[in-house]
Amino acid sequence: MFWKFFASVKLTVVLLLTLAATSIIGTVIPQSGTTAFYMQAYGPFLYGVFNVLDLFDMYHSWWFRLLLLMMTANIVVCSVDRLSATWKIIFVKNPIFTRSRFSKLSDREAFSVDGNPADVKTLFYNRIQKKFGFSRMDDTETGFCIFAEKWRWTRLGVYAVHLSVILLLIGSLVGSIFGFEGFVNIPEGESTRTVRLRNSNQVIQLPFTVRCDAFSVSFYESGQPKEFRSDLTILNDDKPVLTKSIIVNDPLRYEGINLFQSSYGQLPPREVVLKFESRETGMQYRKTVSIGQSVDLPEGKGTFTLKDYRNAVDFKGHNLGAAFLGAVAADDTTSERIILPTRFPSFDRMRKGTFFISIDGGEARYYTGLQVTKDPGVWVVYAGFLMMIIGCFVTFFMSHQRVCVDVMRQEGVCRVMVSGISNKNKLGMQNQIKAIARNLEEAASSGKAETSS
Amino acid sequence: MGNFMNSSSLLSLVTFMYGLATMLYMVAWIFKKPAPGKLATWVLLATVGGNIAGILMRWVESYSQGIGHAPLANLYESLIFFAWTIAVLYLILERRTENRVIGAFIAPLAFLAMAYASLSPNISDRIQPLIPALKSNWLIAHVMTCFIGYAAFAIAFGLSWMYLFRQRDPAGNGPLVGRFPAPGVLDELTYQMIIFGFLFLTIGIITGSVWANSAWGRYWGWDPKETWSLITWFIYATLLHARLMRGWSGKRIACLSILGFMAVLFTYFGVNLLPGLHSYGAMGQ
Repeated sequence: MFWKFFASVKLTVVLLLTLAATSIIGTVIPQSGTTAFYMQAYGPFLYGVFNVLDLFDMYHSWWFRLLLLMMTANIVVCSVDRLSATWKIIFVKNPIFTRSRFSKLSDREAFSVDGNPADVKTLFYNRIQKKFGFSRMDDTETGFCIFAEKWRWTRLGVYAVHLSVILLLIGSLVGSIFGFEGFVNIPEGESTRTVRLRNSNQVIQLPFTVRCDAFSVSFYESGQPKEFRSDLTILNDDKPVLTKSIIVNDPLRYEGINLFQSSYGQLPPREVVLKFESRETGMQYRKTVSIGQSVDLPEGKGTFTLKDYRNAVDFKGHNLGAAFLGAVAADDTTSERIILPTRFPSFDRMRKGTFFISIDGGEARYYTGLQVTKDPGVWVVYAGFLMMIIGCFVTFFMSHQRVCVDVMRQEGVCRVMVSGISNKNKLGMQNQIKAIARNLEEAASSGKAETSS
Repeated sequence: MGNFMNSSSLLSLVTFMYGLATMLYMVAWIFKKPAPGKLATWVLLATVGGNIAGILMRWVESYSQGIGHAPLANLYESLIFFAWTIAVLYLILERRTENRVIGAFIAPLAFLAMAYASLSPNISDRIQPLIPALKSNWLIAHVMTCFIGYAAFAIAFGLSWMYLFRQRDPAGNGPLVGRFPAPGVLDELTYQMIIFGFLFLTIGIITGSVWANSAWGRYWGWDPKETWSLITWFIYATLLHARLMRGWSGKRIACLSILGFMAVLFTYFGVNLLPGLHSYGAMGQ
């Protein structure tokens, strides 16, 4: 019952169409989002329904996996079911050819040559032998008959394609069991051994330490990013063992673990040099301030506190980008909020305070965002890829071709009949038969010329 | 070529010539005249030459602008390559079948692709620098194989429509539809195009997957474009199994082929409306 159910190609058609149709869902509903996002997008009722059906991570849901499992069973059962028959056809010592089978074919080419069949026997046989892997010549009542065939093994192509699909599934299973996919942010000059996993948020230890020596980003004139580059060093027991600059599309691989350039960001500088320009006197003062630190304003005008650094600061609905936030207190009761955007140095001038404060130095630090993966199954997947391409080519563009050249003495001439069968691509076979007929006709006429001269 | 012609003006001319070839194929079909048909073939051959010259010039121009990349990096560039591939595959088909009526249904597809690229206000023909994710040797292999596959499916789509019209008039008595190749021939050609497209779509998905693994550390991530290419693959895989193992042919195969091409179009254009990694193929770039 089980076997019969999974041996059906009808099931294959149904499964393929179901996979195609259900896969659409995950492209319409954003995957792996937050509950809050989904609640806002769909409302509580739809959220509940979608959640029960696992539609927020549908490609890893039980029912999608069940479909893939059924597909696998279908492929395996169908292939095993048919392979024994194919095997018997492919692995035979003496292929059986019957003249009657070929003489009934409608696709055939006929022509006549002068003389006796014996004159062209070796000539024809040599020509056919050159083109086919297997050939045999039988004598008939009034002449001879050549049987030849090639590419019998191409009948296995379709099994290679099916096996490749199984390899892809095995490879991805190996990857999901023995591999991981994580990420880590490393500030320039710092190092780490731990990464956070993407799907579980769990933190794991790497077998080595990664140090980010430097990060740089460059832009085109249009403002589009040109290159993200991280200089990384791998350390084993605090000893550097490998240094490499990675960019997108050129990762670092070490001990089966891959480090990919994935994102980057700016970190607050540890300290910043601020310039205080007095409105009254025009005098300029420079002070180095770190976050959380308070300094006395010059000329006894109170204190300045550097409170925070943010990557994106909003000012009356405009995003100012990265900025320091601070406060000026003239006395104990009043405090004024100060914004110091790194991109707009004169921003504080419009506040018209006692001092115009601007940033005068202190370099922003970058951190590099690395995708860290381990996937021991990737080679199985790649083997599957290669097998699938070769298998598809063999399955669709090569066929098991069998031809028969029947030469008879008839009404004083040699009647030559070329016919052939292939297990697919009938159109190609017709052309092949025509080509063989032309080839033999030409051989016969040139052969005649040689013997007469 | 000097100053008087750059790739943009050449490609505009190519668009016009695709339109001309389309008209000539139509005239040859409707008025049953061999002369415009022959002329159509020659015009299309010249257009294909101009199209590839335009692509190569664009490649050279990108180097002279200091950007330097294969012209396969945005929607405009993919469309002009798509048009070229359709036309080349069609010309091979025409040579093999010795039938020019098919041209009246395929040449318009190449013309539409080219006209959309040239005329749509949303598509910029500026040569743009490559963003870091696209800087890879896999770019050429991935984009070319995908579009060869898409082009073969586009031709199968045209042939399938021809089949659907032709099978309603099996004797071939109709003044226009009767000049189509016989239903059996159209059915076989559709199948031939689909297996060719399927092989290239398979290679296209695989090269994309290997590329994704070297850029992002994963070979498959269920990103909408990836998923839609897989959906397309599933549909054509269904068609092949139905035909080879269940003996489907004719109308049902034609319908599946049309459905498959709808999926191709959605993979190509529709996915840009959805969020995902492939947004560099999107509008407005």
